[in-house]
Amino acid sequence: MSIRGKAYIAGVFEHPTRKADDKSLAQLHAESARGALADAGLTRDDVDGYFCAGDAPGLGGLSMADYMGLKLRHMDTTETGGSSYVIHVSHAAQAIAAGKCDVALITLAGRPRAEGMATGTAPRNYGAAPDVAFEFPFGPTVVNQYAMAAMRHMHEFGTTSAQLAWIKVAASHHAQHNPRALLREVVTVEDVVNSPMISDPLRRLDCCVITDGGGAIVVVRPEIAKRLVRPRVKVIGAGESAKHQMGGQVDLTYTGAVRSGPAAFAEAGVTPADIKYVSIYDSFTITVLITLEDLGFCVKGEGGKFVANGNLISGVGKLPFNTDGGGLCNNHPANRGGLTKVVEAVRQLRGEAHPEVQAKNCGVALAHGTGGSLGTRHGSATLIMERE
Amino acid sequence: MAGGERKIPAPEANPETKAFWEAAADGRLLIGKCASCGKPHYYPRAICPLCGGEATEMVQASGRGVVYSYSVMRRVPVPYALAYVTLDEGVTMMTNIVDCDLDAIRIGQRVRLVFKPSEGGPPVPMFTPA
Repeated sequence: MSIRGKAYIAGVFEHPTRKADDKSLAQLHAESARGALADAGLTRDDVDGYFCAGDAPGLGGLSMADYMGLKLRHMDTTETGGSSYVIHVSHAAQAIAAGKCDVALITLAGRPRAEGMATGTAPRNYGAAPDVAFEFPFGPTVVNQYAMAAMRHMHEFGTTSAQLAWIKVAASHHAQHNPRALLREVVTVEDVVNSPMISDPLRRLDCCVITDGGGAIVVVRPEIAKRLVRPRVKVIGAGESAKHQMGGQVDLTYTGAVRSGPAAFAEAGVTPADIKYVSIYDSFTITVLITLEDLGFCVKGEGGKFVANGNLISGVGKLPFNTDGGGLCNNHPANRGGLTKVVEAVRQLRGEAHPEVQAKNCGVALAHGTGGSLGTRHGSATLIMERE
Repeated sequence: MAGGERKIPAPEANPETKAFWEAAADGRLLIGKCASCGKPHYYPRAICPLCGGEATEMVQASGRGVVYSYSVMRRVPVPYALAYVTLDEGVTMMTNIVDCDLDAIRIGQRVRLVFKPSEGGPPVPMFTPA
């Protein structure tokens, strides 16, 4: 069964906060839910399916369903880190196609800034995970794991720090037009390559921001979408994948996008050449570069050349990306950027992105999430949407 | 080493990995090997991650290999090199490169096994330039 055309994204919301000292985690989820439902022209009582991931407090969404007073007949708490919410849109479409729900609500929220979390530079211990004893003693952090992928890419393909820097430069050009972006200053390649080294070869400006906040998405069946007033965004293809160490056959030069991408393109019946806008998960500059290669926007190993010289800047290059400023400049709520990737893609398809960054004739857009770590194990999710 | 030694968190053994950490205490690095598919794997498991077979055992590795990738973490009190080393047996494992100039580490460099003490647990397998 294909999900092509079986569901529509009716509402999206990006919480305006970037530091939430005065709000609870559950409150951020619920405020995001209200925002997305209002955007759709629906109410809480219309929701019969709920989707959340590991950032939701409590046991698998039960506490949030209780807190928000949801009356549900379908739940899905698939957890693949920051890519979870891109997968949730696909799973919501599947559930709707199977008749399991009519209005699916997806929420995300987190307070890493308010809680003073050392997001990128402190090793995280996932407790009983079978890999922990074989990794945690060596100090794997978010940054140095992604850095090893960058180091290997440079070694195999000659990718340079200046090429990676162009990704941040493009994001900053977009963020200057977003009044809510955490970092609105336009930066140059020189600014990026001269910023402090965090973990070789990734520098401070290769890293995404740390922000509090949240977001929500409402996915509905076609009959409901057709009676709502907002521009219609149809889900036409999706793919997901988990990539890991393969029992010691480690290869850091590619991501799970090599599987999720082709699956999504095949279901949607489009090719990379048809895509007018991309939201690409940008935990770090290297994440974007490798993902663009794996999705087929350029040949493997040519990502450095592809992203250079402003090719990702809307109105300048061939492939406008992350026109809200992305995780690199705008927002990375809860250290999970997948939901906001879908939100900006929907803005682009509706023609509601900032006029300075709105992609021309944006009929088909792609959002891609990467959750976990490129250096060890991660979930990849590709979603293709069409304006109707 | 400048700035003192980095404290190594103790790895926690479980019934499946007890033999691995007992060997580590003896200065031996074990990898998984599957009798069904004949291939090595890492970290060692009761069920082969490559073929799904149950006929796995742990065998001693030579302790020699090359740096597959690495990164020197700078934003900490004691900088350290996280790395993947590909053993001569063909599996790649996460580790640290130690007892060397961190700025001189290179992908492809040959390295050899050294065990380093952890905080209240068994020693852990690290590598140093060969």
